[in-house]
This record gives sequence, structure tokens and C-alpha cells, in this order.
Amino acid sequence: MNLIAQLPVLPIIIPIVAAPITLLLPKGRVPHLWACLFSWLTFAACIALFAEVSSTGPISYHLGDWAPPIGIEYYIDLANALVLLLVSGIAAVVFPYAYRSVQLEVDERQTPLFYGALLICMTGLLGVTITGDAFNVFVFLEISSLSGYALIAMGARRDRRALTAAFNYLVMGTIGATFFVIGLGLLYQATGTLNMADLADRLIGQDNRMVEAGFAFILVGMGLKLAMFPMHLWLPNAYTYAPSAVTAFMAATATKVAVYVIIRFIFSVFNFDFAFIGAAFTYVLLPLGLAGMFVASFVALFQEDVKRMLAYSSVAQIGYMLLGLSFATVEGLTATLVHIFNHALMKGALFMAVGCVVLRAGSHSIYAFAGLSKRMPVTTWAFLISGLSLIGVPLTVGFISKWYLLQAAFEAGHWYAGFLIVASSLIALAYVGRVAEVMLLREPAEDGKYAMPKEEAPLSMLIPMWVLVAANIYFGVRTDLTGGIAQRAAETLMSMAGGAP
Amino acid sequence: MEHLILRVTTKLMFAPIILFAFYVQFHGDYGPGGGFQAGVIFAVAFILHAFCFGLDETKKVLPQKALIVMMVIGFLFYAGTGVVTMLLGANFLGYDALVPESTHHAGQHYGILLVEWGVGTAVASTMLTIFYHFAGREPDIDQEDW
Amino acid sequence: MDDWLTFILERYNYWIVIMLMMTGLYIVFARGNLVKKIVGLNIFQTSVFIYYITIGKIVDGTAPIYMGGELEAASHHGGKEAGGAGHGAEAAAHDAAAAGEAVHAKIDNSALDHGQELKDALKHAPAPEEGGSLHELPDAGDKIANAMGDHLGKTPPADASGFDVGSAAGGAHDAAGNAAGGVGDGAADALHGAMDAVVYTNPLPHVLILTAIVVGVATTAVGLALAVRIREAYGTIEEDELEAADEIAEFGHAAGERAQAEAGAGA
Repeated sequence: MNLIAQLPVLPIIIPIVAAPITLLLPKGRVPHLWACLFSWLTFAACIALFAEVSSTGPISYHLGDWAPPIGIEYYIDLANALVLLLVSGIAAVVFPYAYRSVQLEVDERQTPLFYGALLICMTGLLGVTITGDAFNVFVFLEISSLSGYALIAMGARRDRRALTAAFNYLVMGTIGATFFVIGLGLLYQATGTLNMADLADRLIGQDNRMVEAGFAFILVGMGLKLAMFPMHLWLPNAYTYAPSAVTAFMAATATKVAVYVIIRFIFSVFNFDFAFIGAAFTYVLLPLGLAGMFVASFVALFQEDVKRMLAYSSVAQIGYMLLGLSFATVEGLTATLVHIFNHALMKGALFMAVGCVVLRAGSHSIYAFAGLSKRMPVTTWAFLISGLSLIGVPLTVGFISKWYLLQAAFEAGHWYAGFLIVASSLIALAYVGRVAEVMLLREPAEDGKYAMPKEEAPLSMLIPMWVLVAANIYFGVRTDLTGGIAQRAAETLMSMAGGAP
Repeated sequence: MEHLILRVTTKLMFAPIILFAFYVQFHGDYGPGGGFQAGVIFAVAFILHAFCFGLDETKKVLPQKALIVMMVIGFLFYAGTGVVTMLLGANFLGYDALVPESTHHAGQHYGILLVEWGVGTAVASTMLTIFYHFAGREPDIDQEDW
Repeated sequence: MDDWLTFILERYNYWIVIMLMMTGLYIVFARGNLVKKIVGLNIFQTSVFIYYITIGKIVDGTAPIYMGGELEAASHHGGKEAGGAGHGAEAAAHDAAAAGEAVHAKIDNSALDHGQELKDALKHAPAPEEGGSLHELPDAGDKIANAMGDHLGKTPPADASGFDVGSAAGGAHDAAGNAAGGVGDGAADALHGAMDAVVYTNPLPHVLILTAIVVGVATTAVGLALAVRIREAYGTIEEDELEAADEIAEFGHAAGERAQAEAGAGA
């Protein structure tokens, strides 16, 4: 077997073979170690794949030796190699982190199932990213979503509202996925193919109403999955009541992958000069992105629950991504890709910090954070640094995202969008500042519901969390890494779309 | 002995249903059929059994633990076929590598049979697991409150 | 008047799809009962299944078999896609061969051969002394196949009153041999001709929808499992009662009662 030739399929095969075996393992430590090992192997495969793609260019892998357009193809270029790296990287950090938090938050009998489901969820997200076949996207999307519903519902041990949150997510997610399938059906009817590259070829010159309807269905379906502003109602509850590790993983990856799917469909499936997409940019993505940035940030300001606050902030950050996308320029696309990567780093770290607090205080209400700097200084600083990153302070990744976004906004002539980005960052400052004030200046509760011991979170949680925090700073200083790759990826996507680079 | 007719009929039907499941399973290579359908038909036989003889009796025949093992094995059959073809030098699920010397793609037949067998096992056990869990769940709340 | 009536009637399956889709979505949004929501979701998904099956039917289509030089690939790929028509013909030819005992037609499972038999069946089946149904057959391959099947079923194989089974089977064998021998092109063209005007069923949407059905089953199972767990945790599966229970848990009884009153007023 030629390992390099088989590299593209490894990120899918490794976790999906490991996941069912997890079910057979005895309860306790073993499933966790097993899942950790395979998440790291997957990460290694993704790194190798990324290195391969960035040195030799796009890779096409033919499943079952059937050549595309007939067979299913895995197509990896720089854009999805970056997302693959992100998803597997976050997973590689979340798996070690999960152990203690899962011990507390999930029923012990369910731990093998928990790690199995988390591995499957990861496989699904990687599959969505890696595949070059449009219908395959749907299948992998549902693989990740179904395991996601189960994972969120496992939070029911601590709070029964996790069940209703998971149910609502299931209903919304299924409607979204079904809309996506309807869109694919329309495209298939118009072209007779499902391979993305082949679709792109055959869609040239077709801008009839059927293709437009297909695009609209795909956009709305994916909008539901990625919690685009008015369709975000499932997200806050789902993220709030899910187990901490699940929230950290899904907040950092699930919505990002859905954003990637939208990018992929807009730029490499539909023709970019297709007038209807231009209208979608101007009249849908741009206003909804801006509205999401403000409304969700504003709602976040008034949340009593830190996890819910961060969830609303996620909706706002998705607004930034859609905004960058809607400029329809290389700069805008670069900004979106950079923000996908960076937001995953900061939200992952923030939710992990909340998970540490939950472990010790047993709550993610803002009152549990009172005087946290005296109780858990290491966690407090992790939260503060990634919070600063969320606001967009220089030397953190958040700043890089905002910088690219502002640049893109001004170059695209949307100067007002630039000011709105800054204004929305100020709201972020307010809601992060509110938690910071509580953590640094308030006195810790001595007794009552939110009293907690003066004890730091265990190392198995602190180290993964600080890895992400360090990444926040490292990629904030070494701007050329993410920025350069995202720029190259954006240029590739743009040239696929046939638009002016 | 209640529901005598139902029970006798079930006993008569059980074997033909399983046989039909196997027919659909192996005929899936050439015509309509395959693992998904066969798995469901296989599961139906046991669900019918559970309806007429009670879940406990069915669990004696096919315990829950066995189902989980079946699920895993079924899935690994599928993925394993792919991995084997990878080890033999073809791409994932490139069945031709199974019988490389064949001139009429015999490997494709072996490959799809193995994969479908895996699918059938996994689907049957999953369907039964779903059924066991819904049917066998102890209600925490009294029947009157429903 | 007539025009738009035909326009509507010709597309009846799309109307069914739209009606089911809207019914399903309405149930999901309008019903408070979680199980009813799942039912609505299922109806919604079913509409998509019907839509895909609709687009799988292609008037005047043929199986996507490569003609000409790519015999190898074609015979390989077409295996399943030859669909009902080729398959039926194969079965018929099988029967014919067995009955006549003239030839041992070793039939390979290749689409081209299927097609060959089909074409052959068309040529030979309405043979000399055959009376009745077979003469009136249109070109449609599946009909030929069915009729042949029926006929063979009704008439005892070796019966002299039947048509010349042996010759039909022999012909099938010969032609199949020719095709395999490499006369491919011409035979394939003839096959094309034979398959014209067939409402061809593209198998790909069916395969896609099989996958979607599996996903739908899994979604339903997860959804119902959640509903069961919700009922265990809350004692109800009515959405407004669930909200009221959450309000009580969070803000105490007063707020909960208010929410309940609102829910009552709403209902």
C-alpha cells in the first residue's frame, strides 16, 4: 500500500473504524485513551495531507477506483485542507480535555458511547470537508449532525433542558439538511451529475429558474445548519446545555464546516458571475451578516449564563464570516477563511475555560465566575486572553481576523461595513468585559449555590486549553501563516469561480 | 394459551422471512435487493417474534449484547473490505484488487458481496437495537399519567 | 384553458411533492406535540423522496452505457443500470434456454449482453407460428420481457403449440457470442434503437433516495428516542408545557404559572 496515495482517505477511515470499536471497550479510562489515540492519528494524517496539498497542489482521490464524474471523488485543495487541519486539530485537543469533564457531566455507562459518537461526529465533519461529491456532503453532514444530537442530549444528566435543546436542533437541522437535498435534486435535474467539478462545468451558462431555486434551497438549508442570523434559534440552547467538551468541539468546528460548504458551493459549484448569486450576496448575506453581528452581540450582552453568552457571540461571529463572503472579493474570502480558523481557536479556548469552571463550581452562570481569579487563576487568564482575542486586541488572532475583514470591507467599497465591524467589536468588548469584571473584581461566594473550592482545574484540562490559548497568540503574531494560506486558498477558489482575482 | 393462531402463524412465518432476507441479501448483487433491505427484513422476523412471544423470549434468542457486537462486526466488514483493498494496493473499496488476475472483474462481485453482508448485519442489528430500546424501556412514570 | 389544465395535470407528481412538503412543514411548525413534529418531519422528507423518484423517470432515455470502444467499461458499469428491461430479458432468455435445451447459454452478467439478448428477443420472439400477444408487442423492452415471461409461464416449455423456444434461445446465444466477439458497435446501435421511446428509470436517484431514507430512519429513531427521554424527564411531550416547566424551574412558580396561563390562552 502506498501511504501517500492513500492519504486523502485516511482522515475518514481512521476515526470511522475506531468509532464502532469504542462501543466494545470496557467502561472507564480505556475508551477515552482509545479515542484520543485515534484523534491524534487523524490529526497526523491531516497534517500530512495539508503538507502534501500545499506543496503539490490539489489532490483528487477516486473511491473504489471509479473515475469521477461517475465515481465519488475526494477533492482536496488548500481551502479544505485548512478546514481539515482545523477540525482534526480541535478534535486532537478536545479529546484529551474531555476525560474529566465527561466524568462529571455524562453518565458513566454512556462514556464508550460518548467517545464513539464524538469520533463519528468528527468523521462526519471531516467527510463534509474532504468530499468532492455534492450528495456525499449531505450524507456526511447527517452523520455529524445525528451524532451531534445524541452528544448534546447527553448533557441531560446535569440539566434536562439538554433534551429539548437537542430535539429542537434535530428538527431544525433535519429541515436544513432536507432543504439541502431538495437543492441538490434541482441541480441534479438540471445537469445530471453530482460531482462538484462536473456540476460547475455543466452549470456554465445555465441561469434558469431551476438552478436559482436549487441555489436558494442550498443556501437556506446550510443557513439553518450554520445558524445564519434569523435561523440561529436552535444554537444558544444546544450549546448551553451540551456537555462542555461537546460545546467546545461543536462551537469550534460544526458551524465552520457549514460555512465552508457554502463557500464551496458558491465559488466552485455555481458560476460566480451567475447574477442571482450576486443578488444573494448583496441582499441576503450582507444584510444578514450585519444584522447577526449586532443583534446577536446585543443579546449576548444581557445573558446571565456565560455559556449562552458565548453561544450568542458565536452567532455574531458567523455574521462576520458571512460578511467577508458577501464582498465577493479575494480579500473578503481570505478574511472569511482566516476568521473560520481563528474563531475556532478562540471559541474553543473560551468554551474549554467555561468547562473548567463547570468542573469546579458546577455551574456556568455568571455568578459562578465571581472572584474566579482568586480561585482558579490559570483558567481565568486563559479565559481573559481568548476573550481579548474575541474582541480583536492586537497580538491575538482576533485582531488578524478583524484586520483582514476591515481591509476587505474598505477595498470592496463597503466603508460603512468597516465601521459596523468596529462598532460590533465594541459590543464584544462590553460582554467579555462584563465577565472579566466579575472574575477579577468581585469577591468569590463563600457559601451558597456558587461557592467553590480554591482548586485549579486538573492538568488534563488545563494543558489542552492552554494549547489553544497559545495558538491564539502564536497565530496572532505569525500573521503570515494563516493569512498567507488563506489568501492562496481564496485565490484558488476565486479562479475556480471564474471571477476576477 | 392465548393467541394460539398468531403464535402458530409466527412460528410458521419466522423461517421463511429469514430465508427471504437471505435471498434479498444475496440477490442484491444482481438485482433489486441488498444489505439495507435484507437487514430490515431479517429484523422484522425477530420483531414479529417479540410481538407474539414477548420481548424477553426474543432477547433469549438474540441478546442485546450480541446485537452490539453484530453492529460493530457488520460495520467493520464494510470498512474492512475497503481497508483490505487499500492494503492490496488499490484505492479504498477498489474491489478489483481482491482478484487482480480476473479478466471479468470477479473482484467486484466478491467485494460487493462482502460489503453488502456487512451492511446487512449492521442494519439488522441496528434495527433490532432500536426496537429493543423502544419496546423494552421501563417507564419511569405511571401508566395513568401518560 | 386547455393548455394550462394540461400543464397542471402533466406535472401532477410535482404537485403531490409540493403538497406533501407544505403539509409536513406545517405540521412541524404548528404542532406542539413532539411526536407529531417527528411525523411532520417524516412527511416532509417523504415529499423529497417522491421528488427524487420523479426526476429518475426519463422519457426516451436509455441506460448510461458507453457504446463503442469502451466495451469493457460498459459491461462493467452497466451491470445494475440496465435496470428492469435488460433484466427481464435476461430472465426470459434464461427460461427459453432451459426450455429448449438447444443451447446452454452461459449468460454473463454484463449490461451489453443483457441488451443483446433484449434486442435478440425483439427480433426472434415474434417468431413464425407464434400467435397472440407477442406479435403486438411494441418495442418497449420491458414489455417484451414481461410478455415473454408470461407466455413461458403459461405454456409448458416443450409444448409443440408454443413458439419455437429453442430457436429464440439459440439466437440469443449466437448474438451474445457475436457481441462478445467484438461486433460490439453495430450491436450496440441496434440496442439503442430497441430501447427508444422507453420511459427509462434512472437508478441513481433511487440509490440517492435509499441513502436519504436510511438517514431519515436514523433521524426518526433519534428524534423519538429524545421524545421518550423528554417524557421521562418532564412527564410531558407538549411543547408549551415543557416551556412552562422550564420557566418554573428557572424563575419560580409565579412565572411558570403565568407561562402556563399564556399557554392555556394560546391553546
